[in-house]
Amino acid sequence: MTLLALEDVACHFTTPAGVVRAVDGITLKIDPGETLALVGESGCGKSTLAWLILGLHPLTRGRISFKGQDISRLRGRGAKGFRARVQAVFQDPYSSLNPRLKVRTILAEPLLAHGAARRGVAAKINRALSLVGLPEMSADLYPHEFSGGQRQRIAIARALILEPDLVVLDEPISALDVSIRAQMLNLLQDLQGELGLAYLLIAHDLALVEHAARRVAVMYLGEIVEDGRTEALFDRPQHPYTQALLAAVPRPDPAHPRATGQIHGEVATALAPPSGCRFHPRCPKCMDVCTKTAPETTIVATEHQARCHLLDSRHVPGTRRGTIVG
Amino acid sequence: MAEALIPRAFVARLWARVFRRNRVSSGFPFVASGVLGLVLICALFGPWIAPYRATAISLADAMTPPAWMEGGSASHLLGTDNLGRDILSRIIAGARVSTTVAFYAIVLSGLIGAGLGMAAGYFGGVVDAVISRVIDTQMAVPSIPLAMLFAAVLPPGEAMVIFIIVLSYWTWYARIVRGEVMSLRERDFIALAKVAGVGTPTIFVRHLAPNLLNTLLVLATLQFGSVIVFEAGLSFLGLGIQPPQVSWGGMLSDGRNFIEVAWWLITIPGIAIMAACLASNLLGDWLRDTFDPLRRQVW
Repeated sequence: MTLLALEDVACHFTTPAGVVRAVDGITLKIDPGETLALVGESGCGKSTLAWLILGLHPLTRGRISFKGQDISRLRGRGAKGFRARVQAVFQDPYSSLNPRLKVRTILAEPLLAHGAARRGVAAKINRALSLVGLPEMSADLYPHEFSGGQRQRIAIARALILEPDLVVLDEPISALDVSIRAQMLNLLQDLQGELGLAYLLIAHDLALVEHAARRVAVMYLGEIVEDGRTEALFDRPQHPYTQALLAAVPRPDPAHPRATGQIHGEVATALAPPSGCRFHPRCPKCMDVCTKTAPETTIVATEHQARCHLLDSRHVPGTRRGTIVG
Repeated sequence: MAEALIPRAFVARLWARVFRRNRVSSGFPFVASGVLGLVLICALFGPWIAPYRATAISLADAMTPPAWMEGGSASHLLGTDNLGRDILSRIIAGARVSTTVAFYAIVLSGLIGAGLGMAAGYFGGVVDAVISRVIDTQMAVPSIPLAMLFAAVLPPGEAMVIFIIVLSYWTWYARIVRGEVMSLRERDFIALAKVAGVGTPTIFVRHLAPNLLNTLLVLATLQFGSVIVFEAGLSFLGLGIQPPQVSWGGMLSDGRNFIEVAWWLITIPGIAIMAACLASNLLGDWLRDTFDPLRRQVW
């Protein structure tokens, strides 16, 4: 059964300059216990999508369902029940822990908010600390007494203390020292195996994604341009944007030619997305049709789909015609 | 010999530590806190310290100059006024009034201002627009005419003075707290508290308020002096503390008529007001520097 399903989810912000289409029609699903990676440039709407899933911002359009139940318009008690099932770890461990609270209070907060009996709290705190590899005495210290990596462990312990089904990881290791990134990643993977967690991993580091995720969704300017199983997507990227992203990953091989300059310019603004395909102003393979009509989603293989006119035999004769799903 | 017992380098280091020579941040303001401590002691224990009752009239001793002047007497260290009342005792009694008024005024305006500022900064939108416009309007109204209006309508006394001061001072707290909360609200721990299912009242009490304490403490210390000057101004104009209650501003006002024959009648309360205000400003500056991690320096 699907754990989390997004159907045509959109989030538009009204600003004095106009309507910003930060997230514009996203359909995704996450199965229990799997890791879905969401990759894309800064400003493409990844973090907004995380906020929508966490219920921190209302949807403009679409539907989010959790275990089959529509949660996008829940308020009050129902919303609270759902919130215990979905937790989050954010990028900056210096911003995600209140500097004025002891670690014990930080960890107890979700439990008490959900009406846990005070007696069991201390035991749960100790268990959460041992899960992330911190000594029990950490509970009586303040966040500033820890290093960045230790703080991120505390943030993970807090996210796990309610025993959620899904954890949204918004760039969980990119603010950490390179030396402890692998450690943190292993910790996250061990916890996933131990507790059967599903992860939504938001990242821009493709090497990390290739290593950690079962499926990948590539986001560009508020839309998913390609998604599929990690191996398939890395071996046979279909969308020119995915191809360019993968080509830009540095390889530890001096003989490998550097593939830079595939795409030019900056991400267009979500205030006025380009006509037709949103990627067309930067696409090295742009055709006439790309400037006029938006491409449809084409299934190229099992669990692998992309939105590009190049995959459509109506525009590119001789292309193996995928199944157009609309 | 003394040099051998106490190495000169040690003395120099101690000197530099205490007085923070050649540093951006200033050392602990001993003088300022001493002055404020003295004012507080006078306020708390005034009736037991003061040599005379503040209102004790002794016409035979009228206009005695301070003890160090010709014609002065050791029994009235700072001299007496036109009714023979002891100036030192009156300064001590005035400290009690000034401190009481300043304390209540700061606590009340702090609570009101911080509460409204937190609501404006956290909720934004319409709440922010309404509160901000009220603040702007309040700041545009000059406080002296407002004080005259309320002095005419309300029964005079300490409560009225406190009311007038709160009315013109809460806006400072509201403005500053609003700005702080607008930046705090973007911190991840606020979003994570919501993700954890924490309600809005708890977010205010547990996550916003403790992070505002430093700012409020600094602002309150800085305003202590300003409130004392404002209260003195009101009393000087006859809008504030009414005789026979003693206040520094009232002493200035009484002494004004005798400025040519007895300068000490206005100079001494004037020095008291200035010293208290300056001391609280210096202490407030030091607190601000100390709480600011960018300026904080390791000892």
